[in-house]
Amino acid sequence: MTEPLSFELSRPGAEPPRLPAAGVHGPGPEEALAKDVLRAQRPDLPRLSEPEIMRHYSRMASLNYSISEQFYPLGSCTMKYNPVANEAAAALPGFAGLHPYQDEETVQGALELMHRLERALAEIVGVDRVTLQPAAGAHGEWTALRMIQAYHRSRGDSRTEVLVPDSAHGTNPASAALSGFEVVEVRSGPDGRISLADLESKLSPRVAALMLTNPNTLGLFEREILDVAEMVHATGAMLYYDGANLNAFMGVARPGDMGFDAVHMNLHKTFTTPHGGGGPGAGPVGVKADLVPFLPHPTVEKSDGHFGLDFKRPKSIGRVRSFYGNFGMLVRAYTYILAMGGDGLTQASLDAVLSANYLRKQVEGVLDLPHDGPCMHEFVASAHNLAPQGVKALDVAKGLLERDFYAPTVYFPLVVPEAIMVEPTETESKATLDAFAAALKEIVEQARTDPAALHAEPHSLPVGRLDEVGTARRITAYLTGQSEDPVLRWKRARK
Amino acid sequence: MAERRYSKTHEWVTVDGKTATVGISDFAQAQLGDVVFLDLPKPGGKVSKGETFGVIESVKAASDLYSPVSGTVAAVNDNLTAHPELVNSDPYGEGWLLKVELAGAAPSDLMDEAEYKKAAEDGAH
Amino acid sequence: MPYLVHSPQDREEMLAAIGVESMDGLLGDIPASLRIHDLTLARGLSEFETMATLRDLAAANRVFADRLTFRGGGVYKRFIPTAVAAVTGKPEFYTAYTPYQPEASQGTLQAIYEFQTLIAELTALDVANASLYDGATAVAEASMMARVHTGRDEILVAGYVHPEYVEVLHTFSEGRGMKVKRGDEPNNKTAAVVFQQPDFLGLLVDARELTERAHSAGALAIACVDPISLAILAPPGEYGADIAVGEGQQLGLSASFGGPHVGFIACTKDLVRRLPGRLIGTSHDAQGRRGFVLTLTAREQHIRREKATSNICTNHSLCALAAAVYMTYMGEAGMREVAEISFKRAHALADRLAALPGWELAFPERQFLNEFPMIVPKSRPLLRKLAKKGILGGLEVGRWFRELRGVLTFTCTEVNDPAAIDQLVEALGA
Repeated sequence: MTEPLSFELSRPGAEPPRLPAAGVHGPGPEEALAKDVLRAQRPDLPRLSEPEIMRHYSRMASLNYSISEQFYPLGSCTMKYNPVANEAAAALPGFAGLHPYQDEETVQGALELMHRLERALAEIVGVDRVTLQPAAGAHGEWTALRMIQAYHRSRGDSRTEVLVPDSAHGTNPASAALSGFEVVEVRSGPDGRISLADLESKLSPRVAALMLTNPNTLGLFEREILDVAEMVHATGAMLYYDGANLNAFMGVARPGDMGFDAVHMNLHKTFTTPHGGGGPGAGPVGVKADLVPFLPHPTVEKSDGHFGLDFKRPKSIGRVRSFYGNFGMLVRAYTYILAMGGDGLTQASLDAVLSANYLRKQVEGVLDLPHDGPCMHEFVASAHNLAPQGVKALDVAKGLLERDFYAPTVYFPLVVPEAIMVEPTETESKATLDAFAAALKEIVEQARTDPAALHAEPHSLPVGRLDEVGTARRITAYLTGQSEDPVLRWKRARK
Repeated sequence: MAERRYSKTHEWVTVDGKTATVGISDFAQAQLGDVVFLDLPKPGGKVSKGETFGVIESVKAASDLYSPVSGTVAAVNDNLTAHPELVNSDPYGEGWLLKVELAGAAPSDLMDEAEYKKAAEDGAH
Repeated sequence: MPYLVHSPQDREEMLAAIGVESMDGLLGDIPASLRIHDLTLARGLSEFETMATLRDLAAANRVFADRLTFRGGGVYKRFIPTAVAAVTGKPEFYTAYTPYQPEASQGTLQAIYEFQTLIAELTALDVANASLYDGATAVAEASMMARVHTGRDEILVAGYVHPEYVEVLHTFSEGRGMKVKRGDEPNNKTAAVVFQQPDFLGLLVDARELTERAHSAGALAIACVDPISLAILAPPGEYGADIAVGEGQQLGLSASFGGPHVGFIACTKDLVRRLPGRLIGTSHDAQGRRGFVLTLTAREQHIRREKATSNICTNHSLCALAAAVYMTYMGEAGMREVAEISFKRAHALADRLAALPGWELAFPERQFLNEFPMIVPKSRPLLRKLAKKGILGGLEVGRWFRELRGVLTFTCTEVNDPAAIDQLVEALGA
């Protein structure tokens, strides 16, 4: 099943919505403004009635998998249940109706919420202060690196390199490069953890920071984290924590205690704000005292029971986005933290680790498990064992879609061939995990008996596998003037 | 036909007098998968040995291209604009990328077919 | 505990299946000195208590009625059709993941493809992306595109561009080899001229002239535009700007204390490969059915890693969805009418305010749409007086621009009915 585009459904006869009359006298823009200021050609927007619009979007909604209906075992993405109370809280008129330029006295509740959320996050990760401004994880990473850079510069120390493990998320090197750093890769050892020997050889007075995910992207805890921190700090560099995997140990261990100086968090992963089909998220960054002066401004400050925004921060790296961050997502995350409490968050992490290890056990003998367990909140398997049948990680992913599961993360981390990265989270029941393991077994069995059938999956979804190469080549054809089809947008056919 | 020689970064080169033809190896095109776009320099531009001269993009990867020779770009394979898939189907023929007017002698440190094959198998990346 | 699913018995069974006695058997990699057993946070609350706490915090804020809100400065109160929240509130949309698996994400992909088309139509440019975080980061990303495209490193900010956008541009430019300058005289070092139409004060700028100047210096023209205004004003594509960016909050999103909102970016064909963020294109499956996919992903940081020119790996999908529903609901005629009503009411308000003793238009020779700067006597007490009557008065722009001390910008849209305008003027007269 597919749904036509709104542009294709459009009817020239559809009436525009009813709006209030202006109710005042005076000329409109067409009369008042010069012709060359005005729009010459009207935009070609669809014309549809409300009933048609609602059906159009409802039908599109039905083409999606979502966490409300399916299990999303997406490694590194922490796709847990999104509590409905979060949505109700963010929609309260006392939050949703606030203008960002209202006077401080009129937004005390909003500022208090931000202040409380900052304190809660600081406690969870073990840091001194937190900025809530970054809009997403990668935005937070870059914000943290800019602070680290400003810190070194303030000491007259111009460090030019950032170390990133080979198993890191792709955003790490990108964020480092866009802060003006040269990226130096640190290799993983055979056990999947950072190689101390290689780290030693890469550390120098040129290094500003090491970016580390712990547990790493293989789901393994960096056992030697305290040694790593000591080595990094001994050279004057800072340790940055990529919070993608924070769900592994809330209430179990804290990045700040491990020696991390800057810690980013993804509220849309660990703290249950919904993914929204790719955003909005929120990527707060926590820092230790040394980095506090460099936090983006404004910060939220409390004095005498009054909450205020502090814009006078001379060492601040400046703003990283307009206003105060994705406030609506902050409300949702705070609602979740309040409902869970310290006890609930701790149990959530324990259950996440338990579920991952349980599922890992079920997968033993089905897929390759290149690293020894136990794992933390996620594990990486490999479809390498299906290579003789010509079956790849992608085929396993598509086979899972066919069986009503979303696919795990595939082909990441890059250090594992045919990687399949599974993160079950604490909000999936044992029954769901069992059903998922059974589906994996069925797919692997099918890979042996009838790989061709597997290559043809999925066939019961709205569309089958799409020709992505064709799409990219048609775009090239458009951009080089060989074709009129823009591919990236609909365009009315010329008559 | 001049002998084809290879760089560690998977480009090939053949030299005919003062003109070198540059492309990417069959191994490299297979690793990249379906090529969808190439960003190549304009004729008249300079390339230097070991330096990037463009980008090649497939659906799953984008890689820098490194020049195995130094000189001036004499010609660019315009066919690739409309048909980037030629890099996949005929990497040593119709899928060539550049012709370079050599500055100085052809480099002598490139690998021959057998050496390259061995290197590619050992250190595939 | 809320949202957790395992029973104590499940946990025991699972531990037994793994072959360990307790959770400690799974956490052995964590050094003992790092292990904690709880957080010093309060214990969890019931949903009833949680929501009561949130309601108390919300009640500690003062929400001004939409019709009595005359403050803009980048965020505006407008009529939001109920259809918008009815669509974005569908769990199939808001709890979906980034559409990396296209077969299971056609709803999101198609909605964003429609968004891309709507923005491209509105800006009259060739291609728009799947959205960015906000207007500020959109300006910064567009500047980076110009930096890479031209190989030049200076970004020239012309006129009153939103001060927070410029601050973000400054923060971005560090480390990306960009220098931000103010002025409107580009030269051979200028990568782009950035201007806002209408500008931060609400005034119209000569977008054609600025674009021509940029081009004659070999620089790009980046127009930061108000999406509602494009229903009546010449769009960037008509005056030849290379990149259009803006804040999409007015397209169906609540003020929400400044976010989440949505940035948009559109550009000419030549620049498409430099567009940051996600792009969605049409495709087909083996049966010839049309579908939508994320495309040109090789440009992104997942693959380019340290060679990427943007580290953005998200868009504001759900906000872009809201904007798409809004634009589809309003249509061209609806958006034009909204812009016209706002124009007429703002001009009626400006006339009334300018007639007050001691009040005058700050730039009487300049034209505006639905926001305008006024020189007022003693802005502070005046705003306080208005607030007492439930009115959110104009914005003190002197906070950012020294030369504009004593200037307030007022905005008027379709939600500020004539009676609300009367109330404002009467409160000021009293």
